[in-house]
Amino acid sequence: MSMNPLLRRRYRLDETPVPFVLNGVAETGRRGDTVLTAILSVSGSLRQSEFTGEKRAGFCLIGACQDCYVMMADGRRVRACSTALLPGMAFITDVGAMAEIGHE
Amino acid sequence: MSEPLSPVVVGAGPAGIRAAERLVRAGLRPIVLDEGQRAGGQIYRRPLVEDGRSYRGRYGSEAGKAQRLHQAFEALLPQIDYRPETLVWNISHSERGNQLDILSAGVHRQVDFSHLILCTGATDRVLPFPGWTVPGAYTLGASQTALKAQGCTVGDRVVFMGSGPLLYLVAWQYMRAGARVQAVLDTAPLASKRHLLALAVHAPRIVALGVFYGLQLQLAGVKIRYGVRPEAVLGTSQVEGLRYRRRTPAGEVVESIACDALAYGFALRAETQLADLAGCRFHFDERDRVWLPERDVLGRTSRPDVYIAGDGSGIAGADAAEISGELAAMALLEDAGRASADVARLVAARNRILRQRDILEQAFPFPADWFETVPAETTLCRCEEITVAEVRRTIASGSITEINRLKALSRVGMGRCQGRMCSAGAAELLSGACGVTADKVGRLRAQAPVKPIPLNFGGGKPEAWS
Repeated sequence: MSMNPLLRRRYRLDETPVPFVLNGVAETGRRGDTVLTAILSVSGSLRQSEFTGEKRAGFCLIGACQDCYVMMADGRRVRACSTALLPGMAFITDVGAMAEIGHE
Repeated sequence: MSEPLSPVVVGAGPAGIRAAERLVRAGLRPIVLDEGQRAGGQIYRRPLVEDGRSYRGRYGSEAGKAQRLHQAFEALLPQIDYRPETLVWNISHSERGNQLDILSAGVHRQVDFSHLILCTGATDRVLPFPGWTVPGAYTLGASQTALKAQGCTVGDRVVFMGSGPLLYLVAWQYMRAGARVQAVLDTAPLASKRHLLALAVHAPRIVALGVFYGLQLQLAGVKIRYGVRPEAVLGTSQVEGLRYRRRTPAGEVVESIACDALAYGFALRAETQLADLAGCRFHFDERDRVWLPERDVLGRTSRPDVYIAGDGSGIAGADAAEISGELAAMALLEDAGRASADVARLVAARNRILRQRDILEQAFPFPADWFETVPAETTLCRCEEITVAEVRRTIASGSITEINRLKALSRVGMGRCQGRMCSAGAAELLSGACGVTADKVGRLRAQAPVKPIPLNFGGGKPEAWS
């Protein structure tokens, strides 16, 4: 199910693009983005919760709540609100979407 | 001659920067450990790259203070050992003396200290209600951080809810940034705002700013409601709206409002985990319904080598934090026999602000009756996904009257956030179930690591400090 981006950019609109990969799809963030900003500017969640599978998208944005952990394609987990976006980073926020790509 | 001092300041917000500055002025070279990427703390947080906004554009009425603090820090940099993106996750003691365990760029190191000044700041105080975990529901502070540091708004049609002066400020900032503010839902009754008249005598600037934000919102046609309690976030995979009820002269009414994001919070709660690990004694603060490290007027804790300043020692705001950071450093210097300073003027200035905070709390009171109407299926603990009903069952079946016992049996407060997001709620719920006041259920003890760290780093042995 596709969802609307959660964040709306108001500044840095013309900042240098930074390419990244989200669930196997090429996306573009901006220089100066956190991982959270980059992902939620193009999608609606960061992960699914461990117990109920609810979608989550961060909560405090200052590194306290630990709600914004994101799985990277290499298996590492990063706290999205306090990790700077780097070119070429690849994230998996939706395991179902990845499975669909695998079947194509 | 006196012993060489190796002071460490934890945190680089208003308190940490002013503490470091005072130590430098006394000829010391403190280590400053900052979890943030750039100094300034949360209130004067800086973006990762410049985005064309002026100080005025980013910090509004507090632009001058933000700029002065950032400039003070830049001037200090050559004279301190500053470590950004560094998490302090434990405090330990060995035959070598006292150490902090830190994590920086994936590496575990230990830092020796002779004296410690904790300036760990605060996070939003939040309470659970149905849908508070749905994507698009953020803390009030989060909504401001998104705008301040990243130049983004959470959503485009936003509802602001809660209690505290920040509520009106952030709503106004969002309106200025181009977002559509759907409503400002104040959980306090309108009558509580009469206390602002008393505050105006002591702090006319604060009240004038608040009135200005409120009027501008009203002139723009923003719906402002008082005495609100949320019923539920509408939407399951994303916020689509909010259903709430409010008291009116004609009785209670239930209303719904469409939005694509919700920002809410009830003032702030101090980050006290490191003071706890340091073994500092705590006391129950009646006003903020929370346990805080004991401190004297200068910031001395019960432990002779540990000092505390800023909102991490009790919520008093950024201006008080700057003063208390300087005072804690002065106390340290005096105790170490380095200087005896005249603190009377600074103490008086801080006390004035503390008195203002007391009045502000009356104008923006905490919703103490929250759990009387929160449905049983509400998630209380976001990390471990434990519901209010499960916690109530655990309390009843184990005849639990103490919060650490509740944590052990229910896992509330045991998850990744270590109780930061649920402890206020858990304490209110437990005290309510026991029919006692919140101070009677005890204090959730901090555990190392105070935030998640990788399991495998460094093979367990810390690398040398460098």
